Amino acid sequence: MKALRNPAGCRTLFGAFIVLLLWYILHICVRSNILPGPYETFVTFAKLMTGPLLPHVAISIYRIAAAIVVSMGIGVPLGLWLGLSERADSVISPVVYILYPIPKVAFLPLFMILFGLGNSSKIILIISIIVFQTVLTARDGVKEIPGELYASVRTLGLNRWQIYKHLVFPAALPKIFSALRVSIGVSIATLFFGENFATTYGVGYFIMNCWVMADYEQMFAGILAMSLMGIFIFKAIDLLERKVCPWICLHN
Amino acid sequence: MISVRNLSVNYGNEIALKNIGLDIPKNKTCAIIGPSGCGKTTLLYTMAGLLAPSDGKILINGEERTSIRKETGVILQNTGLLPWKTAWDNVSLGLEARKLNKNEINRKVASALEELGIGEHKNKFPAQLSGGQKQRVAIARALVLEPDLLLMDEASSALDAINREHIQNLILKLYKKNPITMVTVTHSIEEAVFLGQEIVVMKRASIKHIIDNPYFGDKDIRYRQDYYNMCLEVRKWLDGEEEE
Repeated sequence: MKALRNPAGCRTLFGAFIVLLLWYILHICVRSNILPGPYETFVTFAKLMTGPLLPHVAISIYRIAAAIVVSMGIGVPLGLWLGLSERADSVISPVVYILYPIPKVAFLPLFMILFGLGNSSKIILIISIIVFQTVLTARDGVKEIPGELYASVRTLGLNRWQIYKHLVFPAALPKIFSALRVSIGVSIATLFFGENFATTYGVGYFIMNCWVMADYEQMFAGILAMSLMGIFIFKAIDLLERKVCPWICLHN
Repeated sequence: MISVRNLSVNYGNEIALKNIGLDIPKNKTCAIIGPSGCGKTTLLYTMAGLLAPSDGKILINGEERTSIRKETGVILQNTGLLPWKTAWDNVSLGLEARKLNKNEINRKVASALEELGIGEHKNKFPAQLSGGQKQRVAIARALVLEPDLLLMDEASSALDAINREHIQNLILKLYKKNPITMVTVTHSIEEAVFLGQEIVVMKRASIKHIIDNPYFGDKDIRYRQDYYNMCLEVRKWLDGEEEE
């Protein structure tokens, strides 16, 4: 009921309703067990989530979360540095620009040889894709800070570290959240790819395994799990952004 | 208080200030007026320590200014408030940088916000404040540091005519309550006459004329003919440049 009263909640419900409706129409049109309807899928999903699917979801969330944390840990400080230092920017940015568009998924075999078949190679694959985006957006966030704000904090007597803390980091923060949001879709797609090789855990593996066994209801429950995971992480980022950057929604 | 000696500032090949000489006695107010690009903001920024002179020097209390001075308060054009900090946090920032203890910061910030009549808005972000309120926060942020020198760059230019006069009245009131040396850069003749004991008229990178303003300090000056005569005099010196 609470969701109905706020417009954002209403929009989410409306979106979900339309997606379910389209799914159902497609299910009726295709008329094959390869595309189970929403109801059967949700029932199977509920059943599986209390049993065999849960560890797969847990390991997938772990892989994504670890990749995001590490990417932010590397990308944000590096991006801030590039934004502040002309020299660093002129040396490192050209390298980043060359590496950014290279399809990193193609390096999965290499990562598996270098970092083993376990979680590390999958996490590193995701990091290798989203870290560049983080670096570039954090850098641009810093470069867009108006010169007047620098002058303003300098006249207040802030030292270098305080300027980082009170000006540079908060100015780049909304950009970093945008980068994070864009990264989520890419991360999950990469995760799905990575989980198809040399592993017996993860939602990606679960989906492809069900496909091989022609258990389409379970396969769809897996797809649903992966989609919900994406929506959940997306919403969590929104929530965190509103909490950490309360000033940005004021501009609307 | 402030002695500007043979000051020149260049931006690359462009000369922003050339051989400026100016003395501003302690606790006097000085308004610097001139057309856009005449170098008035550059002069203020150099006094603030944000720009380095290419030649010559600025002495403040007899000491050559080489960096930002702790006792100088600066109010920049467009306020320079940090959008991610509330009014309270914007005002307390300079005190935190000076590593004052928490209680003292709270006491000073509360009294500064009250004095400027924005106590009730302390938890608002700049985007939630009106232009006049933002300007008051910017003034509070400068005055809370208890400066002996206050530098203002177009402090009221972003405001409408009525709010502009309110802010000018407020600055005069604060000055009379606690006189400090004040330098105002403005492109408004009325503001220069209202806030400047000394009115410095600038033309391309140098000082054209300095006018002594005996009418300064009367808050009702706008109702008097002398004020408009003074405005006319400033206007003549400003317009004179165009004819040259």
